[in-house]
This record gives sequence, structure tokens and C-alpha cells, in this order.
Amino acid sequence: MTRATGFTRFIHAMWKYKALTLMMLPAVLVLLAHSYLPMFGIFIAFKNVNYIDGIWGSPWVGIDNFKFLFSSGDMWRIVRNTLLYSLTFMIMNLVLSVSIAVAINEIRRRFLAKAYQSFIILPHFLSMVVVSYLVYAFLQPDHGFINATVLKAFGHDPVFWYSEKGYWPYILVFVNAWKHAGFGAVIYIAAIAGIDPEYYEAALIDGASKWKQITNITIPFIRPVIIIMTILSMGSIFSSDFGLFFQVPMNSGALYPVTDTVDTYVYRALMQLNDIGMSSATALVQSVVGFIMVIATNSMVRKIDPEQALF
Amino acid sequence: MANDTGNRIGGISAMSNLILNTAFVILSLLCFLPVLLVIIVSFTDGQSILTQGYSFFPNKWSFIAYESIFKDFQTILSGYRVSLTITILGTALSVLLMALYAYPISRADYPFRNAFTFFLFFTMLFNGGMVSRYLIYTQVLDIKDSYMALILPMLIVPFNVIIMRTFFQTTIHPAVIESARIDGAGELRIFLRIVLPLSLPVLATMALFSTIGYWNDWFNALLYISSENKYPLQYLMMRVLNDVQYLRNNVELAAQNPTMMKNLPNESLQMAMAVIGMGPILIAYPFFQKYFVKGLTVGAVKG
Repeated sequence: MTRATGFTRFIHAMWKYKALTLMMLPAVLVLLAHSYLPMFGIFIAFKNVNYIDGIWGSPWVGIDNFKFLFSSGDMWRIVRNTLLYSLTFMIMNLVLSVSIAVAINEIRRRFLAKAYQSFIILPHFLSMVVVSYLVYAFLQPDHGFINATVLKAFGHDPVFWYSEKGYWPYILVFVNAWKHAGFGAVIYIAAIAGIDPEYYEAALIDGASKWKQITNITIPFIRPVIIIMTILSMGSIFSSDFGLFFQVPMNSGALYPVTDTVDTYVYRALMQLNDIGMSSATALVQSVVGFIMVIATNSMVRKIDPEQALF
Repeated sequence: MANDTGNRIGGISAMSNLILNTAFVILSLLCFLPVLLVIIVSFTDGQSILTQGYSFFPNKWSFIAYESIFKDFQTILSGYRVSLTITILGTALSVLLMALYAYPISRADYPFRNAFTFFLFFTMLFNGGMVSRYLIYTQVLDIKDSYMALILPMLIVPFNVIIMRTFFQTTIHPAVIESARIDGAGELRIFLRIVLPLSLPVLATMALFSTIGYWNDWFNALLYISSENKYPLQYLMMRVLNDVQYLRNNVELAAQNPTMMKNLPNESLQMAMAVIGMGPILIAYPFFQKYFVKGLTVGAVKG
């Protein structure tokens, strides 16, 4: 093949590697159905969809859906909630996971460290529905553990948790940390386990304190993992854990001002209000923001340290 | 996990050791006690709940909630059946398809490697959003109210495919594949006979992730499932928590004994439902959690 053109070479490669390409076919079909088809579905945001005309036949309305969304006043509330919660969760989980990982590594007895680890990743295995039951057991207004036992002991009146919105930002941050910090810690524990002990020996000889060892050896070594985790979570900064915001507060209307996020809003607009146009417009804004966030975070990381960037 | 001596020379002082251990005991309790509370409430007598509320030390125990739930075990059984079916089918399919996709893009000599890697990666960056997915699922693929709607969403997890690819790249030496080819083995045979057996750790990890994902999924059921005989267990639990009446109606039909129904508190019923839903995870947990940590280590260190 001395004078092979690009095309014949391509055909040749196709033929030579046909087995490998065929192997990928099923997953390619799944990706097309589950991920790519919906991407083409974003034009729905520019239509006034009704079930009589179907998706294709419904009239185009330009950016009316977006106008309506931004003028309804809901937008500001759900964007604020989503961003603030996402950022708080990200920082909380990062700090907690890394602290737990560093601390567990200092426990002298390995079997204890393993036992603690088993306990703190337990919440990760429970679904958000189960978690909402656990929260309910504590906060149920008449018999919940907090009202019936804790507040009673202090002679305090019962609090109607599911209609008092002031407490929920704290409750949600707590529940999220409770569910994810332990699992995140395991990832960092694995990264710390990979550090060569010689560094610590050298530091000891130089008389470095425990704190100095952590800040100068451990943290720099697990930084790549921290960065990758952060880039990935940046992508979902505009999405929220539907179960946490919908199921845990029991979809209680009184709490919407502090529990309503983009996801729960989209769900309600779609399922309960049947407003396809507005919900798809919101979902499109969500996707675009997520996309921009990942690209931006990644290019920031690339500027600081090209080695650490994801792509 | 660090090896048994820890990778630290020069441990911490006895005092800080005590403080650390105390902190971790509190953390561990914090993670476990809520689960315990729900279990205890599910065994608490209705009268005790009325007088002392939910407590870790109820005055009177009772099995009434479980008795009444198991009077009508059809609902629960059906929930278990659906959950088991989609978990087993979904996990098997998911691991197989992901491995089949990850292997070619791990091969340095595969010419379309970059194109297919990007094809996968792009889905992590951008998605069409829930609404257009919902409309595609219900109107184009037409899989509303079918098991397919519960299985398809979690079949290919891009991030996991990338972890698998990295594992293949780092553990399977090209020379091994080359020599198998010289012996006349075809690509599929190499994959099944050499690559998969060498990759059991990462396959097991993915199977574990996938199992948990499918078992705990209720959101897709909320979106797509309308017939009761297709409710997975988690979704059933969600219905019960949001609407005790739903369970009561089912139980009421089964319960022949009206006095029993009268002193059956809703809360015990709900919590018993939660325990039934948690059961499999809590029973299996001690066995698989150490593999889980090992698997995570594989992913994190190599990924």
C-alpha cells in the first residue's frame, strides 16, 4: 500500500479491526439511545409541546419558554438554592473527606481503622428513600426522636420540622455530609496508602512535626485526586441530588423556598404542572451551565498545572 | 488501605491517639444509630410510641407491624422480585457492555481509540436534560412502564468505563495479547479468555457499584413506572412513606382482624417497611464492604 489514500487506509483499518469495533457496538447503541438522542431533544425547549400534535408537530415559540421562566421569579430562587447548596456540599465534603482520611491513617491499630471505615461508609449504601425514613424517625413532629426525647428532656416545645424552613439548609447540609463524607474518605485513604513511606522517614529525620508532615507530604500527594474530584463535581454544580431535596423534606410545600432546586423544579413542572416547555427550558439551562463549568474549571486547572487537567 | 503497620514511622502520642479514637467512635455511632433507631421503632408497640415517642429503649416491644405487612406479602414480594430482576439483569449487562467498550479504547494499536473515547467522554460533559430524556424514553423508544426503562439509564456509566480502560491499560501487557494473536486466537477469544480473567478486581468493583446503583434506584421508577406490579422495592418504600394509606389499604384487605388494625400505628408500619427495604443491604454489608474498599482502591490508585 505505497500510495494508499487516507480513505483506503481508513477502510483497511476498519477491516483489520472490525472485531474490536463490533465489540463496542452494543454500548454505542446504548449511548446513542440514552445520551445522544436526548441531546437532540433540546429543541423541545423552543417549542410549545402539546400531546395532540406530538413532539414534532407542536408549534415553535422561539425563546418564549425562557422568557416565561425568567419572569416567573422562580428562576432566581432555584438557581440560588442549587448553586449555594452545591458549593457548600462540595467544600464540606472535600474538607470532611480529606480530614477523615488523614485522621484514619493516623490511628495506631489497623483493625480499629478498618472498623471505623466500615461504619462511615455504611450511609453510602443506603438509598435516599431509606435516608428520608431515617431523617423522618428523628424529625417526625409528634413522636420523632428529637421532639419526643431530646427537646422534651430540655423542657423545650416540639418543633414542627417539616413546616419550619429555617432549619432545612442545615439539615440538608448535614444529611449530605453524613451520606457522602465517609465514601469520599475511602478514595483519599486509598490515595494516601499509595504514598511511599520513605518520604515520611526523611521528614522524621529532619524533625518535621506531624502537622508539617501532613501539610508538606500527604496533602501535596493527594492533590491530583482532589483536583479530579473537584473538576467532576463542578460539572454537576447546577444539578442537585433529587432524592435529597425532594424525598428527604417529603416534598413539603412550606419548605420550597429553601429546598427547591433546579432538579425538583424541573420534575414538578413536568410531572405535576405538566408544563413541558418550561421544564425543558430549565433543563437546557442546567445542561449548558454544567458544560461551561466543566470546561472552565478544567482550563483553569490547565493554566495552573497542565499535568493535572482532565483533558 | 495502608498495610498493617501503616505507612507511618513515628506514631502520634497516646493522648492524641485517644482523642482521635474517641472522635471516630462518635462518627461511627453517628452513622449507625439512625439505622438502629428505625429498626427499633419498627419493633415498638403502638402504645409505647404514643406515650414516649420513638425511643432507643421502648417500654414495650411488638411484632404487629411485621405481622400485618406479611399478611399481605404479595406487595412486598413483588417489590423484591422487580428489584432483584432489574439488579441482576442490569448489573450483568452493564458490566459486560462497559468491558466490551473499555477494552478496545485501552488498546494502543486500535486506530479509532480517540474517536470512541471522545464519543464516551462527551456524554459526561453535556446531556440533554431530564425532560428531553423523558420524552425520548416515552415517545421515541417507547419503553414507558417497562423493565427496560429501569435498566437502560444506568447501563453505561462513562466514568466507570474510563476507570476500566485505565485498568486494562495498566494491567494487561500488549505482549500477552500479541503472543495470543500469534497462536491464532481471534479478538473476541483474546478478550474472553485472557483480558477478562486478568481483570477480575475491576469487574467485581464495577459489578458492586452497579448492584448498589440498581438496587437503590427509585427515581427512574418514579418517572417511568405506572403499574403496581412493576414497582421496585425502593419505590414501594417511597410510596409508603409519602402515603401510609397506600399500605394500609393493601394491608386492610388482607387483615381479617379489625381490632388489630385499630392499634396498629402508621409509624411502625412505615418503619417496618423501611427495615424490609434496608434488610438485604444490611445483611450483605458485612460481607461485601471489605471488597468494596479494595475495589475503590483499585479505581482510585490506578484511575
